[in-house]
Amino acid sequence: MKTCGATPGGPDISGIDLTTQTVIQGVILKDGQEDGVPNGSPVGNAYVRLLDSTGEFTAEVPTNLDGQFRFFAAPGAWTLVILASGVREERKVIAAKGIPVDLVIEI
Amino acid sequence: MSRETSLVSADWVAQNLNNPSVVLIEVDEDTALYEQGHIEGAITFHWRDDLQDGLIRDLISKEKFEALLSKSGISNDSTVVLYGGNNNWFATYAFWYFKIYGHADVRLLDGGRKRWELDARPFVTNAPTRATTSYVAKERDNSIRAYRDEVISAIGKLNIVDVRSPAEFSGELAAPAHLLQESGQIKGHIPSAKNIPWSKAANEDGTFKSDTELKELYVGAGVDLAKDTIAYCRIGERSAFSWFVLHELLNVSNVKNYDGSWTEYGSLVGVPVAIGA
Repeated sequence: MKTCGATPGGPDISGIDLTTQTVIQGVILKDGQEDGVPNGSPVGNAYVRLLDSTGEFTAEVPTNLDGQFRFFAAPGAWTLVILASGVREERKVIAAKGIPVDLVIEI
Repeated sequence: MSRETSLVSADWVAQNLNNPSVVLIEVDEDTALYEQGHIEGAITFHWRDDLQDGLIRDLISKEKFEALLSKSGISNDSTVVLYGGNNNWFATYAFWYFKIYGHADVRLLDGGRKRWELDARPFVTNAPTRATTSYVAKERDNSIRAYRDEVISAIGKLNIVDVRSPAEFSGELAAPAHLLQESGQIKGHIPSAKNIPWSKAANEDGTFKSDTELKELYVGAGVDLAKDTIAYCRIGERSAFSWFVLHELLNVSNVKNYDGSWTEYGSLVGVPVAIGA
């Protein structure tokens, strides 16, 4: 669970075996003060799509109530597509085993 | 079996929220989403808890299906409208399931939960109460269900369509990327299968592509629609989605869903397996 003052990002990584899993995760936040800083409230009704390096769809998850999402991918280049009502954003990421990709995405 | 008889739009559902002959059912692997909010009047079925036998790996029996529908207030003449998250994977699985047991009028909400949410349509949290019924199911229609032996016999002869992602097909991933990559199965695909991911049949908002685009998707990938077709994925829910596209939207009658799918095939001893794209 995310607590006040914690670094924003995806769900708690403890309990995930990072020697075998390639994690891409993050949190979707609103731009609360329209200052370009993702300090707004979490977006709990967004959808995050994971596309492979050829742009092919691989998986999709809805964000949880804290605006968080997580994928278990394979090492390499991936694209995230964030969908919410009236919003479509893309983020390119490079994933590797051992070091989770943890994103803060503002919409 | 056509878009007109098997698919309804969000507008149609919105106009029929108070239609007593329509029963809306949200079907998913995670019914916590239903608790957070669902379409007004919808009841919920859990893909595993309600629709899997639990002791053996199979559909629930005819008697249990009848009991489930009776307790849920569904009549033989109800118009059942299914929807769910995961781009309707489990809702199309339930659609196939209702067809297996011979329900006359079952339809799918185009785009499911996602399109409904992206359109910012309302959800409610209260569950409806429906008077119980005495539902009578038909014997299973196995003409739309494939079993492992006929899948093995179909290698190199019939159309086998693997609807998983390219990374699962090639053997790079063992499961969809929102799940832990741990599995008792070996990785790869059934030899001679064509990889036509379920997602290619859907728009980004979860609605289906046009019939023209859908036909081109399969024919363009080399599927001879005159031949029998077997669709599979990992556990049979994504392949139910592609079965729905072929059987219901494109009106191709000789299509079966292999619900044993890769979790069964990838565990069989001695059967041929292919890897790579």
